[in-house]
Amino acid sequence: MRTAVVLGGVGAAVLLLPLVAPPYYAILMLPFMAYGVVLLGFNLLFGYTGLVSFGHALFIGVGAYTGAVLTTRLGVRHMELILPAAALAAAVVAAPVGALCVRYVKIYFGMLTLAFGMVFYTFLLKFYRLTGGDEGMRMLRPSLLGSEWTSFNKTAYLVGPYYYFSLAVLVLATVVMWRIVGSPFGLCLRTIRDNPLKAESLGVSVPRYRWSAFMISAVYAAVGGALLAPPTGNVDPTLAYWTHSGNVVFMVLLGGFASFFGPLVGAFAFIFLQDTVMSVVPYWRLIFGAVLAFIVIFAPGGLMGLFASRRAPVEAGRG
Amino acid sequence: MGGVFHAAILFLVAAGLQLVFGVQKIFNLACGSCYALGAYTGISAVAFFTGHGGSPALFVIPLALGGLAAGLVGLVVERGLLRFVYDRDETFQLLLTFALVLMLEDLIRLTWGTAPATTGGLYLAYGQVRLLGAAVPVYNLIVIAASLAIALGMGFMLTRTAFGRIIRAAADNREMAEALGVDMRSVYARVFTLGTMLGTLGGALVIPATAAMSEMGIELIVEAFAVVVIGGLGSMRGAFLGALVVGVLRSMAISVYPELEMLLIYLIVIAVLLWRPRGLFGAPAA
Repeated sequence: MRTAVVLGGVGAAVLLLPLVAPPYYAILMLPFMAYGVVLLGFNLLFGYTGLVSFGHALFIGVGAYTGAVLTTRLGVRHMELILPAAALAAAVVAAPVGALCVRYVKIYFGMLTLAFGMVFYTFLLKFYRLTGGDEGMRMLRPSLLGSEWTSFNKTAYLVGPYYYFSLAVLVLATVVMWRIVGSPFGLCLRTIRDNPLKAESLGVSVPRYRWSAFMISAVYAAVGGALLAPPTGNVDPTLAYWTHSGNVVFMVLLGGFASFFGPLVGAFAFIFLQDTVMSVVPYWRLIFGAVLAFIVIFAPGGLMGLFASRRAPVEAGRG
Repeated sequence: MGGVFHAAILFLVAAGLQLVFGVQKIFNLACGSCYALGAYTGISAVAFFTGHGGSPALFVIPLALGGLAAGLVGLVVERGLLRFVYDRDETFQLLLTFALVLMLEDLIRLTWGTAPATTGGLYLAYGQVRLLGAAVPVYNLIVIAASLAIALGMGFMLTRTAFGRIIRAAADNREMAEALGVDMRSVYARVFTLGTMLGTLGGALVIPATAAMSEMGIELIVEAFAVVVIGGLGSMRGAFLGALVVGVLRSMAISVYPELEMLLIYLIVIAVLLWRPRGLFGAPAA
């Protein structure tokens, strides 16, 4: 009941925001929504399956570059085509990568994903004829619902149609993820996280389920990555760099990986905190590093963990 | 020869990484940032030295001392942050070192600014020699010799001294070592400081040959990461051979087909992780 009220309030606020707040804040919501999609998928792997990927930026990069290549090279401008294409590209990459990575857990899984992420980063950086090298590629304004919105200038386009389009994608992604984690499949993932041996002996094919979770999270990351590109109008290799993967883990931890909505809270807090800090001092990394250290040491449940009235013990099942 | 010089530097950073991982089971992402910190401290130390009338011919001494002094930051980090998370999941330990990466990068920017810094023209202060038909700066040979000496010294320390035996015991079985009366707090503090010092020294020694930038740390860590994976996590011998493999392969790839440079290294890393997760030369412990 309380959840429904909170959700309704947040939903109404997000819907009305572009109408009442200055465009600056509406535009700041765009990366939040894009990262929201990424993190929902990431947390299926981290919070629900117990696998920490340190190379998730790989799939953000795949999604963003898919959009850039489609709009600039192939003349496809429909966002309704770009998002499925990004998802498809991520699935094609994630199928073999995931099959190799899920054979390992813990630090070896993290290192393997990091190495794959860096392979893709190096590919983007070095094969500049295909990818534009370190300058990256331009991402042209995509058309939404078949319309080019030519009468809108860039700001009006972003705070208007693009805002609501991103929001719709985020809501859809949230609903789908909600169904996934509540399904028997989601329950199996949690069993695997808490006790892989027991899951195995109950007849759950552990590698297969881990692989499926990896695939879903990769698709989510690519869709989020494709949403990330249009507001900046540009994609570059740092999207796939390992520190970007680190930031993804940071955001989830900030919000709280033990809660379904934690990742969304984390993305929101990260984006707006970063904006606030950067408007005061240029050294946001210093402050964010301190915040991260504080969370790791004192509040491993993240922001949601601080709010939750100690329902499920956060440490349960980690490790 | 450039490859071997690079390998000598990589070995120092990777050795620090291995030492810490072997004993504390923490993969220290911040060792690259310590490398950058060492580089800047080295530059400042050399500038101070020559500014106070020190002979340029002796610049290696303040350089190395500056690098080693920067390693003391390891003690602060271990006592101030890391010791709180030893009983946590390794994900949190990894993230704490990522927090350090973020903080150190900005601390360096705050202290030394964003412009690339160098030691000036000291790189060739010792001249060059012709070796195998190529001109090699004598400084490179000094660094390679120093790195070899440190490798031998580490080997001697680990196998022949009491402290080395304690380190290996702690790496093998922490509880047993503790039950036998080893003070783990002090071992962890010393090991982490030593590991950091190896990284900062590596950063200081590389700097006459290149320029220091605040991003140099996060770039080096992925190479050091490749070294320890190829060599085998936690193995000192692995760090040595892995550094040679990465350093030499990289310089060969650059001269043959530049696009392949780091791509090749990462592909090897993936192959090693898949077929021999213990690493090519992986002994179970340091």
